[in-house]
Amino acid sequence: MADLLIELFSEEIPARMQAGASDALKKLVTDGLVEAGLTYAHAQAFATPRRLALAVQGLTEHSPTLREERRGPKVGAPEKAIEGFLRSTGLSMDDLSIQDDKKGQVYVATVTTEGRAAPMIVAEVLERTIRNFPWPKSMRWGEGALRWVRPLHSILCILSREDGAEVVPLDVDGIVSGDTTRGHRFMAPDTFSVANFEDYAAKLKRSKVILDPSERAGHIWNEASQLAFAQGLELVEDKGLLAEVAGLVEWPVVLMGRIEEQFLDLPPEVLQTSMKEHQKFFSVRDPKSGQIVGFVTVANRDTADQGATILAGNQKVLAARLSDAKFFWDNDLRLVSDVKLEGMGAGLSDVTFHNKLGSQADRIDRIAALAREIAPLVGADAEMAEQAARVAKADLRSGMVGEFPELQGVMGRYYALQGGYAPEVADACRDHYSPLGPSDAVPTAPVTVAVALADKLDTLTGFWAIDEKPTGSKDPFALRRSALGVIRLVLEGQLTIPLKLYLPVQLCEHLGISHDMLDEELLDGPTAEDEGLSKIMKIKAGFEKGLFDEELALLGLSQVLSDKKRALSELESSNILLQRMLESAVGLTSFFHDRLKVYLRDQGIRHDVIDACLAMPGNDDLTLLVKRAEALSDLLKTDDGENLLQGFKRANNILTQAEDKDGVEYSFGPDPKLAETDAERALFAALDQAEAAITPAMQSEDFATAMQAMAGLRAPIDAFFDAVQINAENQILRRNRLNLLHRIRATCLQVADLTKVSG
Amino acid sequence: MQTQLYEIALTWQGADMAEAAENRSQKPACFQEIILRLQNYWAAKGCAVLQPYDMEVGAGTFHPATTLRALGTRHWAAAYVQPSRRPTDGRYGENPNRLQHYYQYQVIIKPSPPDLQELYLGSLRAIGIDDALHDIRFVEDDWESPTLGAWGLGWEVWCDGMEVSQFTYFQQVGGHDCKPVSGELTYGLERLAMYVLGVDHVMDMPFNAPDALIPLTYGDVFRQTEQEYSRWNFDQADTDTLLQHFKDAEAECQRILTADTTDSAGRSIIMAHPAYDQCIKASHLFNLLDARGVISVTERQAYIGRVRALAKMCADAFVQTEAGGA
Repeated sequence: MADLLIELFSEEIPARMQAGASDALKKLVTDGLVEAGLTYAHAQAFATPRRLALAVQGLTEHSPTLREERRGPKVGAPEKAIEGFLRSTGLSMDDLSIQDDKKGQVYVATVTTEGRAAPMIVAEVLERTIRNFPWPKSMRWGEGALRWVRPLHSILCILSREDGAEVVPLDVDGIVSGDTTRGHRFMAPDTFSVANFEDYAAKLKRSKVILDPSERAGHIWNEASQLAFAQGLELVEDKGLLAEVAGLVEWPVVLMGRIEEQFLDLPPEVLQTSMKEHQKFFSVRDPKSGQIVGFVTVANRDTADQGATILAGNQKVLAARLSDAKFFWDNDLRLVSDVKLEGMGAGLSDVTFHNKLGSQADRIDRIAALAREIAPLVGADAEMAEQAARVAKADLRSGMVGEFPELQGVMGRYYALQGGYAPEVADACRDHYSPLGPSDAVPTAPVTVAVALADKLDTLTGFWAIDEKPTGSKDPFALRRSALGVIRLVLEGQLTIPLKLYLPVQLCEHLGISHDMLDEELLDGPTAEDEGLSKIMKIKAGFEKGLFDEELALLGLSQVLSDKKRALSELESSNILLQRMLESAVGLTSFFHDRLKVYLRDQGIRHDVIDACLAMPGNDDLTLLVKRAEALSDLLKTDDGENLLQGFKRANNILTQAEDKDGVEYSFGPDPKLAETDAERALFAALDQAEAAITPAMQSEDFATAMQAMAGLRAPIDAFFDAVQINAENQILRRNRLNLLHRIRATCLQVADLTKVSG
Repeated sequence: MQTQLYEIALTWQGADMAEAAENRSQKPACFQEIILRLQNYWAAKGCAVLQPYDMEVGAGTFHPATTLRALGTRHWAAAYVQPSRRPTDGRYGENPNRLQHYYQYQVIIKPSPPDLQELYLGSLRAIGIDDALHDIRFVEDDWESPTLGAWGLGWEVWCDGMEVSQFTYFQQVGGHDCKPVSGELTYGLERLAMYVLGVDHVMDMPFNAPDALIPLTYGDVFRQTEQEYSRWNFDQADTDTLLQHFKDAEAECQRILTADTTDSAGRSIIMAHPAYDQCIKASHLFNLLDARGVISVTERQAYIGRVRALAKMCADAFVQTEAGGA
């Protein structure tokens, strides 16, 4: 047994890459060792700004010798075949033995793969690891061709045993392995040699390097908390920043400073952003006032003046940044007091959102109109929603957001309050970008929800209208995130937003489909009654007239392809824009459905269950769709549900086969008078009962009750199949029974398309 | 070659120690002293100390001593001050650290020596930054110049939380892989000097020695020009003329490079540098148009693409020349 220690010493490795790199080093090396036939007890990897290290304990000294018998050609086979066999095994005729086989006597070669010593394997594996290391970005340097994240300076690679350490010889493009490394860049730059991992870690610590990133992070956190505590303050937790800062230093020295009095009235978000993004400072809060009053910076060295120079320098840099921020803050406040948010955002008409989608101002006009339409559906005041949408992006033109783009929205809220807008409007300014990620909080304030939905729907329909959809891993406009945002807003708010109306209406805006066109196409010309109808009402009228039937526009295309062709060709002759609008609406709806599947899969609802519900009418109402899917998912988890599904499938299979064979549809309706057995009669009764319960339940969207009623069919269906032969001799009976199966199918399909459920 | 380089590196480091000890005792007193010390330091390290390029550029990297010399196989070591112009950064001389005309100090060494970081740290000691008292850090910062079709990996160097330099290993220039790789250092001189001298507003910084017969501040030298150029850049530059000049420079660059390489006397001469001058011109004209606010977000990309195409043509031409290693 031996212990392996590897260190790859380089120029400064980006902090964000260190954790991934130490994981990769561990995986690539240990996998390589195991693949080559070695085993080990334990492995641990570390990273500092200048080194990746790996310690592998209890490594075997040799890979095992492998003996393998290989059957060759028959005795007396052509010479060429035997020569080929000898070549492939690397043996001579004398090494072969002859054994009896079913086919007669054959040559057998015993091929021995000698075990190899650990150093040879380690050298091979490490060289391969270095040459194929998965850095997110790598580079060449000097005259070499080797790639590493930054220039690689030395390789330490030793195998240590009780009697000492052995350098594993290795030469990667002129970098020769050894048993030495260096300490801290400034405090202990000299080289030293190490004997094993314990020796390595201990000598590093003496040389002002803490090897373990979690130890550095722990040290930083503890020191910083204590410094804050000693002054009656508290550190603002930030795990991401802590990990990053721990990746910027080998010898963390924590220093705390105060924010100058003149900057204390800046919003806390401004202080925090400025300090974190640009300076990698932690924020320190006064627990009594909640104000950010100080900062913690982490230096990489001890100094004779206890960090006084370093702290003063950092303080000065911060002061310069905060004076900039204060300048912007004062200016922005003055501006918004004078000209309100509308004035602040005036310049948005000069800012291109996308060259095919117009300026930010154009976009805001569209969002405001849509927010107004959506408002009643989310319980918001329409006027207020429109106003909020009009001013929600004004802060993009503020000095502060120009300097700190990450403060968009946050500043909007402050400026809205300063401008005397309603608190609901101010909140919408801040929160309408949310939710940004799958774990981000979802806004619930109605005005905010209206603006957030309008914003995202406008983005999605816009990019669909200009055919800039996400493909594969490419989603440059973050459209998947927007769609997930809509899904979460709708589901978590239990909202009813019929996408089949709201996607088309916004697509009309992007495609330039005017009221007149809609009048012409959907209402056969304007009439006095239609005057003043919104575009949504006109599109709704289009649906009602069956001009683009529901399925065509909003279901998956495959099942209605022929209908689609028909309907689209009718439209094509009259208006190509409407056709494009419909196609985009169909595509975008199915994009929503795909995102919904991903979202619900994470919530434990199966793909096929969602498909079964997507096939039902009203699938553009996501809340309804999910309610149905949840009820079906719950049902399928019960015995009754699972067995009902089997019964349904059996009924459906028999029926489909018979219908295919006979070329008719057995939808005539079965006659209970023709029932012969009790089981048959019981099924009739059960179907009557189930239908009586299902129809009203479906009307009131009470899926659980409907599912429950459907599950009640399980026992009668099972009994029916046990007792009755469907394909009876008597054709009248057979037809009646097939009609009965049809009733089972029809009843169940009212609830969900069970044909789509697997199992 | 590799061995020889190491010897050079060792010599450099040896000289470094003595010099550092000497400099640690005395801080520079003014802006020009910092420049002089950098010049002396890099001259002592073997760099050819060049003079600024005589054209308007946005950064020291545009100097052909960097952009073009980073291409090809020939070794190269140069250091120089480069006045740099960024019209959009003009603030009429009022902002404490933003200027439309400022100075960069640029060092380029090809191939990048193994101890380039140490050499760099030596230069900080030379201008009075004592690394025993200060916290110096190499923080990830990848460099990319869309107009030059160039990129590299490296860091921004922090001194007590302030960015004092850019440190880059060039990987590509003008679309060509850099082989060997050049190491490039860029110091923002005003900011660095303000830090070393402890000055809060750039215009208050002593330009020459404060005890000189006629002591001058940075403001004495540049306040008026900042005002004049800010007005011209933002309000007055004639955009039609600028647009025409952009087109002319672009056309001339293309013409020079597509001209027959054999002249009337039968000499074969590729005019890579004159063409590159036109590319620099186009780049600066684009910056001026940008400052005048007449380039929309979409057009921006198109203009950058046009300058990049010129830079790429110049790079293609340069590698066909002797200096380009052909």
